[in-house]
Amino acid sequence: MPLSLSESQTAFSAALLAPEIEAPANVIRPDGRRADRRFAIYRNNVAVSLIEALQANFPVTCKLVGEAFFRAMAGEFARVEIPRSPVLSEYGIGFPYFISSFRPAQDLPYLADVAAVEVAWNQAYHAADGAYLSSLEGLNEEELAKAICTPHPSVRFVSSPFPVCAIWLGHQAEQFSPPSDWKPESVLLVRPEAEVSLHVLQPGEFAFAQKLRSGERIEEAAIIALGIDPSFDPGAGLIKLLRAGAVSSIRTFESDEGE
Amino acid sequence: MKSNSMKLAVAGSLAAALVAFAAPVQAQDASKEKCFGVSLAGKNDCKAGAGTTCAGTSKVNYQCNAWSLVAKGTCVTMNLPGNRKGSLVELKRDLPKS
Amino acid sequence: MKPLERSNVRVNASIPARAGVGLKPEHYRDILEENPDVGFFEVHAENYMGAGGPPHRYLEAIRERYPLSLHGVGLSIGAARRLDQAHLQRLKELVRRYEPGRFSEHLAWSTHENGFLNDLLPLPYTEETLHIVCEHIDQVQASVGCQMLLENPSVYVLLAESVIPETEFLREIAIRTGCGLLLDVNNVEVSATNAAYDPIAYINAFPIEHVGEFHLAGFAEAEDEAGERLLIDAHGSPVEPSVWSLYRQVLRRAGAKPTLIEWDNDVPSWSVLHNEAMKADLVLREVGEREQANAA
Repeated sequence: MPLSLSESQTAFSAALLAPEIEAPANVIRPDGRRADRRFAIYRNNVAVSLIEALQANFPVTCKLVGEAFFRAMAGEFARVEIPRSPVLSEYGIGFPYFISSFRPAQDLPYLADVAAVEVAWNQAYHAADGAYLSSLEGLNEEELAKAICTPHPSVRFVSSPFPVCAIWLGHQAEQFSPPSDWKPESVLLVRPEAEVSLHVLQPGEFAFAQKLRSGERIEEAAIIALGIDPSFDPGAGLIKLLRAGAVSSIRTFESDEGE
Repeated sequence: MKSNSMKLAVAGSLAAALVAFAAPVQAQDASKEKCFGVSLAGKNDCKAGAGTTCAGTSKVNYQCNAWSLVAKGTCVTMNLPGNRKGSLVELKRDLPKS
Repeated sequence: MKPLERSNVRVNASIPARAGVGLKPEHYRDILEENPDVGFFEVHAENYMGAGGPPHRYLEAIRERYPLSLHGVGLSIGAARRLDQAHLQRLKELVRRYEPGRFSEHLAWSTHENGFLNDLLPLPYTEETLHIVCEHIDQVQASVGCQMLLENPSVYVLLAESVIPETEFLREIAIRTGCGLLLDVNNVEVSATNAAYDPIAYINAFPIEHVGEFHLAGFAEAEDEAGERLLIDAHGSPVEPSVWSLYRQVLRRAGAKPTLIEWDNDVPSWSVLHNEAMKADLVLREVGEREQANAA
C-alpha cells in the first residue's frame, strides 16, 4: 500500500524538524536510492529561514548577545515553536518567554524583556492605521472626568524591572550607549503615523494608561493611579498620552449617565 | 465610594489640561513623509521586519551549541546593579553528553 | 490623521507582457523617487497581511503607479489538510484592497500540525494529490474571486509514490480547475538537474496554452551524497545563462508573457535588479517583433 498524502506529509515534516531522524524512506534520489543529504536541503531551508525571520524581528536582542549566540538561540526556539501562520512578521511572540527560561542567557535577566519590547514594536508597526486626537477643544473638566478614551490601534505596553526602553533606544544608533541609570521602566509604544515611538511612563502614568485602555472613565483611572503614586498628575498624564498620539477619540456622556 | 476631595483634585488637574491642550497639536511623530522617500538621510525608519521568500537558501545553518558560546554582543558593556557584568554564561559543564 | 492618503488614481491593474520585478522594501524609496520604467511589480502576499503601517503606505504608493501581481507563498495548496481559512480570508481582503492584476501560488505544501514550515515542500504526483490540489484551488478561486496561476516547483528530492509526470499533473489541474499556470524557468533548470531529466523535453511537454506568466531567478550550486551536482533555488544572484537560454526557447512556443525577475536573498541595489529586468524586456521585445513579422 502506498502512503496516503496525509501519512507521507506527517512523516516528512516530523523528520524535517528532527535532525536526528533520517529522511523518510519514500524520499528518494532519481536513481531510487535514499536521499538523506538532499532532504537536508529542506531542513536547512526551514532552519535558516526561521532563524533569519527571528533575526529580522528581534534586531536589538541580536545586537545584545551577538549574532552567533542569537542564531543558536533562535535555532533552538524554532525547533520547539514554528510560526503559527505564514505571516512571518508575526513570528516570535513566544520568543521572550523562551529566552526567559533559556539557561545560557540566564545572566542577562533583561534580555527577555528587551525581546518583549521588540514584539510590541512589531505589533505597533503593523497595527491598523487610525486617527489620533489632537485637541480637547470644546470639552469641560466635568465631561472629561466622566469620559472614556479609545486607544489608538497601535498602542502596546511593556513593563520591566530593567531599563528596557533605554537599552532599546541605546541600540538605535550605530554606537551603542548603555543606560546610565539602572532602573525599572514601563514603556508605551505607539505609531500614530509612520514611525513607532517609545515613551517611558512613570508608575502612576502607567497605571492610568492601562486603566484607560481597559475602558475605565478618566476619573476612575486617575483615582486608581493616584492610589499607586500620590504625586501623579492626571491632567499632565492625559496630555502625555495625547501628545504621544495614543488616544484615538474621547467619548463623553451626559452628566450623570451610567453612575 | 471615592472621596469627593480626590474627585475635586482630578477635576482641577483636568481643567489645567484643558487649557494646555485646547489648541490642536500634532502628535510627536508627524513624520509620515519619512516613509515616502523625502528624507533619505538618517536611520532606517522603514524596516518591515521579517519578510517571506519563495526561494531556498544556499546559506548553511551550522548548528552550534548555544551552551558553549560566549557573548560577543553589546551585553558585555553593560554593568548590572551589584557590580555584576552581564554576559552569557559559558556552561561547559552543562554540555550534553554525546 | 487621514488614514492612508490616496490620490485615488491607480493605474490600470492589468499586467503587461513585459518584465516585472519582485518588490523588496530595500527598493521602495528608489522606485518612488526614480519612477523607473518597469512593467509591473510583484509582492509576496504574506508580507502585506498586517492591518496597517508603512508597508501598506509604500505598496499603495507603488500600486498607484504600477500594475501589481500578488504571489502567495503560504497557502500550502498541496497539503492533505484543509486550507487555513483565516489565511484565505486575509488573502481575500488583500486582493480587495489592492485590486492586483494577477494572483499566483505554488504547487507545494508547507504545514506541520498547526504550524507553518516556511518552505515549499515537494508533492507526490498521484491521483489523490491531484484531487486534493484541485479541490483547494477551487476553494481559493471561489474565495478570492479571480483566476489564479499555479507555479511549477523547484525540487531537491523525488517521492516514491509519484506516478504522473509533473507536466501532465499541471495540465490536468489547469483543465479541471480553470486555473492558469506560472512557468518558473529557473525552477525547470533546478528540478531538471536535481531530478535528472532534460529541461528542454520538460518545456516542450509543458501545457504552454495555460501559461500566464514566467519567473526568472538565479540558482546556487551544491552536491549531494553521491557527489552529483545539485541546484538550489536560491534567488540570490543574477539569472544564469542556461536559464536565459531556456527562457528564449520557451518564449518561441508561448509568445511574449509577463516575466518576473525574482531576487530575494542578498538583495542587490535597485540598478542591478532593474538591469536584469531590462534584459528580460529585450528578449520579450525580440519575440514580440518576430510575432509581428510573422503576422504580417
